[in-house]
Amino acid sequence: MATLAELCIVACSEAFRGNGEVVATGVGPVPRLAAGLAKLTHTPELLMTDGEAYLVEQPVPLGPRGDYKPRFAGHLPFSRFFDAAVWTGRRHAMVTPTQIDRFGQINLSRLGGTHEQPKTQMLGVRGFPGNTIYHPNSFFFPAHSPRVFVPDEVDMVSGVGYNPARRVAGGNYSGVDLRLIVTNLCVMDFRGPGNAIRVISLHPGVTFADVTEATGFDLIDAVESVTPAPTDEQLAVIESLDPHGIRASVIKDNPPARKAA
Amino acid sequence: MSRPLDKRMSPAEIVGQLSDGMTLGIGGWGPRRKPMALVREILRSDLKDLTVVAYGGADVGMLCAAGKVRKLVFAFVSLDAIPLEPWFRKAREAGAIDVLELDEGMLQWGLKAAAFGLPFLPTRVGLGTDLAELGGLKTVQSPYADEETLIAMPALALDAALIHVNRADRRGNIQALGPDTYYDEWFARAAARTFVSCEELVEAMEDAYPQDAQANIVERSYISGVAEIRGGAHPSSLPPAYGWDMKAFKAYADAAKDPGDWSAVADRFVGASEDEYIAGFGGTDAVTKLPLPVF
Repeated sequence: MATLAELCIVACSEAFRGNGEVVATGVGPVPRLAAGLAKLTHTPELLMTDGEAYLVEQPVPLGPRGDYKPRFAGHLPFSRFFDAAVWTGRRHAMVTPTQIDRFGQINLSRLGGTHEQPKTQMLGVRGFPGNTIYHPNSFFFPAHSPRVFVPDEVDMVSGVGYNPARRVAGGNYSGVDLRLIVTNLCVMDFRGPGNAIRVISLHPGVTFADVTEATGFDLIDAVESVTPAPTDEQLAVIESLDPHGIRASVIKDNPPARKAA
Repeated sequence: MSRPLDKRMSPAEIVGQLSDGMTLGIGGWGPRRKPMALVREILRSDLKDLTVVAYGGADVGMLCAAGKVRKLVFAFVSLDAIPLEPWFRKAREAGAIDVLELDEGMLQWGLKAAAFGLPFLPTRVGLGTDLAELGGLKTVQSPYADEETLIAMPALALDAALIHVNRADRRGNIQALGPDTYYDEWFARAAARTFVSCEELVEAMEDAYPQDAQANIVERSYISGVAEIRGGAHPSSLPPAYGWDMKAFKAYADAAKDPGDWSAVADRFVGASEDEYIAGFGGTDAVTKLPLPVF
């Protein structure tokens, strides 16, 4: 039976379907495997890097590679990354912020305290401000909880969301394009009124009540289906991209795709 | 006859060119291509009150831990495989440093503004986030028909920049090999003076490595001093020559918890001299043969 992580990889890969010739960046094992799966199955035109500075047409497997050598089709070092992918909108990133709020504003910088003296300092805003104003973004969260889906605004708005109160008059926000949120419980999008977050599919055995209980703000119930289980073909591709089974470490206790009743 | 160009300096002479209160750019990215030997030389000096501009790794963590930093201009500080830089975190959580927190792309935009002698460059990046208000960044309005409101990213003019490369010659021609040079050339162009450490110093690049001229990421007119320091990026990586020293990073990170006091461990991670430091991590041959990381 497939694991929940594998189900999430398949669900995440749908974010990249039909994206065209943009750089698909998945940060972390599940998003990265999802981008690879998308490229190898439904959306071969995606561009992808080796995780460093080169473009590859064959997604690079996770972890120690043995005799496998990535073959480089192009070059995309950091400088060109901003020039060619991020600031031109030709990219779709899937990332895991520490917090997200009902506006889709995300935080990876700090928790609590003040800007001068945070209670918990994390990474910093990284590229989130630029990513979110220029190109599509999706999110994966392995542990859906109100600490991640926070009741108020995130502690530091590191990525642009759809909060009208944060719009500067005359600013161009046409590039803000938040797509999919995949968690260990469900799949959501931003297609409610005023870009409100909707639940569009529940993972097997999960109820809408389970999701709302784990979320600090109101969600729209737009559930149409149960999140599809991976096919044998998808599982084989995932295995080829993750031969060491790193995906098993992403969700606590590596549960099966169907939640126990 | 004019004298031939000779920019060779010792690491101590390089640090001797720096002064308290300076704005210092440090090249590299997280745990990659960091001019760590020059950072260690700063740590051995009395230099203080620095404003540091960097895509931060252990360079920033160590300078913060040692109380050298008054203000940090950053987008992240990370050791990559150890995502959260523990000494930087301690400094932040103690409220010990001022910060200007920026997006990664904004930081390079500020360096480019400085390089071109502009007061700012316009960008959309930062709109809709907390960056502008926290950083005191102003907006400008496009003078054209679109009248778009944009953030005016101020120039990040550097008094000095430090970078580490694979090769240099005595006139300041440098070669940065490896798949990515990050923003090292923009640190150099944004700085009044740039000092370079290198793995190998040759007499004349055109005689030694003419086939690699494409690896000359910045013109020698931007380079004020060069020092040969083998293993000078350790414990960060210097592709394609050597990988990062994750064991050393792990020990460094663990030391932030126990004993948690920089002065108690500074000897180990800085040393009284570069020779002593490198010897503590197995010697030059060992640190310059560390395998490259797999991504």
